[in-house]
Amino acid sequence: MTTPPFPQSKVVAELGPGTAPGELRCAGAWVLHAVPQLERRVGALTVPAARELVVDASAVTAMDTAGAWLLHRTVRALESRGHSLRLQGLRPEFRALLELVASRTAAAGAAPAVAPGLLAQLGRKTWEIMLGTIGLLSFVGEAAVAFARSVADPRRIRWRPILHNLQSAGFEALPITGMLTFLLGIVIAYQGAEQLQRVGANIYIVDLVGLSMVRELSPLITAIIVAGRSGSAYTAQIGTMKVTEEIDALRTVGIGPHELLVLPKVLALAIALPLLTVYTDMTGVLGGMVMARAQLGVSFGTFVDRLSDAVSLTSFLIGVGKAPVFAAIIALVGCYQGFRVTGSAESVGRQTTVSVVQAIFLVILSDALFSIAFSYLDI
Amino acid sequence: MGADLAAVIEVERLNTRFGAAVVHEDVSLSVRRGEIFALVGASGCGKSTLLREIILLQRPVSGSIRVFGQEVVGLSDEDALPLRRRWGVMFERGALFSSLTVTENVGMVLEEHTELSAPLAAEIAAVKIALTGLPPDAGPKYPSELSGGMRKRAALARAIALDPELLLLDEPTAGLDPLSATGIDELVRQLRDALGLTIMMVTHDLDLLWRAADRVGVLHEGRILGVGTMDELSRSEHPLVREYFYGPRGRAAQGQAWKPK
Repeated sequence: MTTPPFPQSKVVAELGPGTAPGELRCAGAWVLHAVPQLERRVGALTVPAARELVVDASAVTAMDTAGAWLLHRTVRALESRGHSLRLQGLRPEFRALLELVASRTAAAGAAPAVAPGLLAQLGRKTWEIMLGTIGLLSFVGEAAVAFARSVADPRRIRWRPILHNLQSAGFEALPITGMLTFLLGIVIAYQGAEQLQRVGANIYIVDLVGLSMVRELSPLITAIIVAGRSGSAYTAQIGTMKVTEEIDALRTVGIGPHELLVLPKVLALAIALPLLTVYTDMTGVLGGMVMARAQLGVSFGTFVDRLSDAVSLTSFLIGVGKAPVFAAIIALVGCYQGFRVTGSAESVGRQTTVSVVQAIFLVILSDALFSIAFSYLDI
Repeated sequence: MGADLAAVIEVERLNTRFGAAVVHEDVSLSVRRGEIFALVGASGCGKSTLLREIILLQRPVSGSIRVFGQEVVGLSDEDALPLRRRWGVMFERGALFSSLTVTENVGMVLEEHTELSAPLAAEIAAVKIALTGLPPDAGPKYPSELSGGMRKRAALARAIALDPELLLLDEPTAGLDPLSATGIDELVRQLRDALGLTIMMVTHDLDLLWRAADRVGVLHEGRILGVGTMDELSRSEHPLVREYFYGPRGRAAQGQAWKPK
């Protein structure tokens, strides 16, 4: 059997004046691939002046819905200009197709939506941001209510998802957070070493590395890594569950999504992030120690001796104390953005991006607020 | 082989296995030009898998599938492109692109494969959407804003966007209310009559079988039990075929069937 070819470029369709006055002639294959060409013909068509027109379509050899639509549209356009048309010679099967298209599209042709103006866009954007902020606040409120209920009735706390989240957000983050803070410790010690060497204050490398890591950098960097790792995962998980209507299914079987999905994540992260921070305090300082010995000749023993003087317990607690706040921000923002997903795959991607950006932004902002508060309190 | 009876799809001695599980065993069937062929069978008997193999989404272990006379098993994507333009596929759950509106879903296919100007493509997309019985205001909506039945119609509009010669439908009426399902039967028949389409569908819908299908193939545990018109199959002696068509639902559908032929 030979396959009929698909001669995209060879498709020839004709529309033009016929032999008799007041006659239009259609010919050839009125199919989709000829439509662009035919549309140009329609535009260039010189319509005879006669009021009564005859359209001779006896030479039409093929027709599909696109061709039928074009013919129907042309006929309608001519009729609206006051001509009366008679279509003749069209094969019965093509006529049936034309009638099918005509009957189904009687209601079609809605006007395209008008793009909103600049002011309307600005207003809409502002309104969206406002709704988003209110939404976040009410989400935090709902989570707090769910938390209060769990505290009042501890049997409601779901330990399995908490343990699972501890594993995935905490334990599995050990290698990456450890390595990055170790490298950060090396970088800080290396940068500091040159300055300190110049003034002969080598031993103060311990204060530099210890204080900056323990009090500021290690909680911050750990929170940022976890926001990228786990915050995004929370949004994608809850968002996909929203798309597949699993959230609605949870509600119908009487399980609050806050209780099952949000609280375990917040609680698990509030436990995991401070622990991770203690761990990254150690790896970060270790990085600094290695560099201090290589660059400044400060031995490990000397470094550790000096460390207990350089870093006070308060500094350490301030660093670790910020971690639960960061954890709450990351988990709540991640879950909230997950619940904001609407219907489409694209929406999951967009909300995940928003979740990470917003979580990191809020983490750094709250870190700055902490610094201001501590300087007022003189800690 | 007459030109009108020429087979559009020919499946020969097809074998498919997923690991140890046998999906198809020596399946052979052919779909003729201009007919509505339905593949029926219990859930999980390999109907949809066969459909996926025909449209090059899955590869059988052995055997041959010819579409428009061309062997498709092992065909490269590049060589398959001309074929892909000649068939339209409607997936069971619609598979509309969720980030595009209905009009954009249909128009995207048109703009990709033709030289239509954007306004004309949008206009033809609107025609296709109207052809499937969707109201005009469905065009600017996103798939997530549509009901299940409307999503099906939109998926059908995308499948017929390029005016294909062959239409493959996976469960075209599943999840539709009886009225919409009847609309789909009629539409399928009208499209076949008006455009001379060849249609292959996978379905459970006995009403659709009685009303629209010219020939039906029954697939059971990876084998073809019988192929024929509904009348022929309903007289079949095979116990499983009888069970399928003469269960309580089968009898009701036959009783109500409106057969225009």
